[in-house]
Amino acid sequence: METILPILAGAIFASGIYLLLRQSTILTIIGIILISNSVNLALFSLGRISTENPPLVAAGSTIPEAPFANPLPQALILTAIVIGFGLLAFALALAYRSYKELGTVDQDQMLKDPEDTSAAIVTDSETPENREA
Amino acid sequence: MNGLLVLPVAIPLITATLALLFRKSSAMQRWIGVAGMVVLLVSVLILFRDVYVDGIQVLQLGNWDAPFGITLVADLLSMLMLGISAVMGLIIAIYSIYDIDKQREQFGYYPLLHVLLMGVNGSFLTGDVFNLYVWFEVMLIASFILLALGNSRNQLQGALKYVIINLFSSLIFLFGVAMLYGMTGTLNMADLAVRLPEVENVGLVTTVAMIFLVSFGIKAAIFPLFFWLPASYHTPPVAISAIFGGLLTKVGVYALIRVFTLLFTQDVGYTHTILIWVAGFTMVTGVLGAASHFEFRKILSFHIVSQIGYMIMGLAFNTALGLMGAIFYVLHNILAKSNLFLISGIAQRLTGTFELKQMGGLYKHYPFLAVLFLISAFALAGFPPLSGFWAKLTLVKAGLSLEAYVITAVAILVGLLTLFSMTKIWMSAFWGTVPEKGVPEHFGKMPLFGAGNLYIMVVPVMIVAGLIILVGFYAQPLLEVCLGAAEQLLDPSQYIEAVLGPQ
Repeated sequence: METILPILAGAIFASGIYLLLRQSTILTIIGIILISNSVNLALFSLGRISTENPPLVAAGSTIPEAPFANPLPQALILTAIVIGFGLLAFALALAYRSYKELGTVDQDQMLKDPEDTSAAIVTDSETPENREA
Repeated sequence: MNGLLVLPVAIPLITATLALLFRKSSAMQRWIGVAGMVVLLVSVLILFRDVYVDGIQVLQLGNWDAPFGITLVADLLSMLMLGISAVMGLIIAIYSIYDIDKQREQFGYYPLLHVLLMGVNGSFLTGDVFNLYVWFEVMLIASFILLALGNSRNQLQGALKYVIINLFSSLIFLFGVAMLYGMTGTLNMADLAVRLPEVENVGLVTTVAMIFLVSFGIKAAIFPLFFWLPASYHTPPVAISAIFGGLLTKVGVYALIRVFTLLFTQDVGYTHTILIWVAGFTMVTGVLGAASHFEFRKILSFHIVSQIGYMIMGLAFNTALGLMGAIFYVLHNILAKSNLFLISGIAQRLTGTFELKQMGGLYKHYPFLAVLFLISAFALAGFPPLSGFWAKLTLVKAGLSLEAYVITAVAILVGLLTLFSMTKIWMSAFWGTVPEKGVPEHFGKMPLFGAGNLYIMVVPVMIVAGLIILVGFYAQPLLEVCLGAAEQLLDPSQYIEAVLGPQ
């Protein structure tokens, strides 16, 4: 395990970077997903993997049976996975929305007309005068 | 143990929940939004008193002693940052009453604003590297949605860049956290500060320091990593631009200051030399970008980059004077920068555009607005006696006392260039003639005060301008607090003892 995990993490990271550099937004986001998972694997393997007892306290005892495994890396990864999942869900929704709005997932095509700053302003029906009403 | 420490995080959360409950009613949301900020400011002021009088305050959540539980720590640096973010939050909440349209309010603008503040405050308070990551994510998700809210073309373009770059930087940060955990077996910052010097492989620690520099550097928009900022910060409504421009990058700077004074002090010769170079390039590229643009908020966005350079420079000096300058610069910059963004919003309301070439005549019709702009712009450029002067003076003094003449000369030169790009806004938007076509009907007729409710936008700007002048004329007390914060940073044993107990 100790030898396989780092290699796996590295390979996934490399694939993620490759996808990150593609033109398509969707591929970029999939790249981020891969990198996110490889970082989680790295966190897991840096937390020192070993085949030991689960850190559970048996009935009648007050301390877990030694040698017991360190539960913290798993707790950290669980948190990181949940957060990463939430953010990626948002990123996908944003990519979908930009596809609807801009009509393309190609990042160069999206950048056309970047000087348009008018849209960020309140819509026409919301000019200062009629907002009073 | 000080239970008050939980308030700067809990109050925005409660406010956000309340605002969500009244989603349908814009009026209620606005009231809750402003009231929540007032309560937050009061709680931060009370906490500030505790920290100022009794020293560093610590709260171990769930009563687990550090390094096992979740620790909240407030030292003077955290409190200064919390204080300024609470002030800015209140200003923005008031400004938003008129600036944010009904649709955005109904899609949850106020709850998001408060969640954003919760993330920012949490980052300032946390005493744990992994929790710092979690708070960053809280802050990021709120900022993502705020940036994209409204779905206009250029917002989506800006938001995509912002989202992907920031997700990537978070992942690098998480990897750095993993490395730290692998090396020391702990993630509590005070505990790390004790154990990192014991790590034999100093090179590995320095590597992790560089990973953190890249990750926080992306968030703080330092030299090679700033490109996403000018692409996205000018796209959302002004109130959102202002809080992003004021607070978000400064959280990155805060994290840099924290880790490079507390954790990574083993190989200062190497890391801080890199910081100096980065600072110099950040200042120069930012200000050159500002000089080459003709859109009000793009100029301001590039200025954010350039100003970050000054803060990194103060950090890189690693002396009490340098850090004091950096902290003071952060405070001053949040005031001046946000205010300039807010003014750009008023100018846009009056002229109907952000393009400098289509603006003009603001000085003739709205001299008071011109004065407000001048105060903030001069403060940003560092004119005496405004706040920016003291910030720059401290940094220049720190540079000269270290005999770092080149970087000091760059800092002074960049100050001049800042003034140049501000003059550009002044010349075309304020002094220029009123353009013949495309001017809204209300230009010149709509008063700043009275009818039209524009005063809701002008009053917050006046308050901030007042604060800038106040800080400028009575700089001494604030400078002393900043010096206290810098001394606390340079002597990590105080922080360690407060968190872990007597060693």
